[in-house]
Amino acid sequence: MITAILGPNGAGKTTLVRAVATLVRPDSGTLSVLGHDVVREPVAVRRLIGLAGQSAAVEPTMTGRENLAMVARLYGARRRAARDSADEVLGQLGLTDAGDRLVRTYSGGMRRRLDLGASLVGAPRLLLLDEPTSGLDPRSRVELWDAIRALGAAGTDVVLTTQYLEEADQLSGRIVIVDRGRVIAEGTPGELKSQAGTDRVELRTRDADGLALAAATLSGLGEGAPEVDAATHRYSVATAGGASSLAVAATRLAEAGVEIEDLTLRRPTLDEVFLSLTGHTPAVEPTRKRARHRTGAGK
Amino acid sequence: MTTATPAMTAPAPAKANEGAGLVAATVTIAGRAVKKVLRTPQLIVAGTLQGLMFLVIFRYVFGGAISHTGGLSYVDFVVPGFVTTTVLFGGMGSAIAIAEDLHEGLIDRLRSLPAPSLAIVCGRVLGDMALTTWSLAVTSAIGFAVGFRLHASVGQAFLAFVLCILFGFALSWLFVALGFVAGSPQAAQSTAFLVFPFTFVSSAFVPVATMPTWMRGFAAHQPVTEMVNTVRVLTEGRAAAAVLGHTVGAYLPFALGWSVAIVVVCAPFAISRLRRG
Repeated sequence: MITAILGPNGAGKTTLVRAVATLVRPDSGTLSVLGHDVVREPVAVRRLIGLAGQSAAVEPTMTGRENLAMVARLYGARRRAARDSADEVLGQLGLTDAGDRLVRTYSGGMRRRLDLGASLVGAPRLLLLDEPTSGLDPRSRVELWDAIRALGAAGTDVVLTTQYLEEADQLSGRIVIVDRGRVIAEGTPGELKSQAGTDRVELRTRDADGLALAAATLSGLGEGAPEVDAATHRYSVATAGGASSLAVAATRLAEAGVEIEDLTLRRPTLDEVFLSLTGHTPAVEPTRKRARHRTGAGK
Repeated sequence: MTTATPAMTAPAPAKANEGAGLVAATVTIAGRAVKKVLRTPQLIVAGTLQGLMFLVIFRYVFGGAISHTGGLSYVDFVVPGFVTTTVLFGGMGSAIAIAEDLHEGLIDRLRSLPAPSLAIVCGRVLGDMALTTWSLAVTSAIGFAVGFRLHASVGQAFLAFVLCILFGFALSWLFVALGFVAGSPQAAQSTAFLVFPFTFVSSAFVPVATMPTWMRGFAAHQPVTEMVNTVRVLTEGRAAAAVLGHTVGAYLPFALGWSVAIVVVCAPFAISRLRRG
């Protein structure tokens, strides 16, 4: 299960991850990971988690394999076992060929994948990823997404933070939206979208006659007054019925013989969800890295 | 010898995640600190050249004008100071490295592992000591190359060398603490403002007696001076004691006292900063 914590800068995402990872103590309340309290049993928690932060926390003057083996050694593995688990993780992330190169020769995307790898060396039950793709180019981002999806599919629970709505939508089965230190909504991407507003059935006809016919055919389908745009021959109506409304619309239009060019069910985007919940849109531009990192504690 | 004992081949629990012990984790982290320097040849070359340049300038450029070293030739006066203060310049690198690790999230990564977080700073200090020992050896060799000669027993010189490593240990804690305070590599660069006055307002390069009175109080009693004078008397014997006015007994307790005090203050501070996150 992949859970995304979505929110703008300063929402408290990093602080939350750092608290789960036992790096900062919560000021109040309790927080436990798989039954272990982060304050009372930090070491037990550390045995279960893997953490990858906002920048690639890998040593540029060591090889990829050495980096992973170092982490494995700190998990308590013996030299031989550490090398084996390093090899395994390199293979898992498609870095086997680059394993013996110094990390300073890696691209930014490779470093982040290695960083992800370092968090996997201990075979964590819970993987914490703090803005795993911030600052990456689109191709590297998609590669990292694939890696994260594969981990989720293989049964690792992942909690990731992101300020990209698309990322949360793409990766996670469950989204928690935070703003200014508070959870303001949570659910599946679909649930959140329906919470923000209704679906709309939208269609486009070839000409004005078709549009009039379509409007007549679909009267009473949705809720409220439909929007009809004569200039672009578009018709749209809000509906509570979701996909079944779309099916009804398609059937009726076919029976009436209306020629349509396009027929879709448009669900609200997470942007709209965010806007409707917070009254403002989330920062789309990723502000560069760690400025808030050291000041964000204590919320 | 041919029969293998089956008990010995039991598979290691690779994924038990028990976490490394303090010693193993410290050694692992120290290994990384040392590797980082060894694999950055520019750093080693620049460091060595800087030391060489310093010594050549003091020995041959300023040295001729510095004439208050009594029965001690200037090269014999300055090399103990030069070697001892190497430790401070190495320390700057340590503060920067800690600040970098903090900034890059490596400290967070290491703290999130089941190994004792104490190993993060202990490993840094241990790595520093290895690097310090190496640079002390190099600067000593440069010292001998420009004409420095021992006028005491090899045993005493060895003791002086060990004291320098100890001083390096104490200062490493200081610089690790400063690295945490600085928080960013750029800010950590400014530890230079600490290194320069302690290096030069000391007896390392010129006799303190030549300084104005108001400066002498600090210069004569600060940790660098106490350690430099200890090393000087241990390596140059009676001639050094005559110039400085005291034998080793007057300097060694203060040199050790300062070192202990620095560790007692800085180590708990560094550890608490580390744990606070």
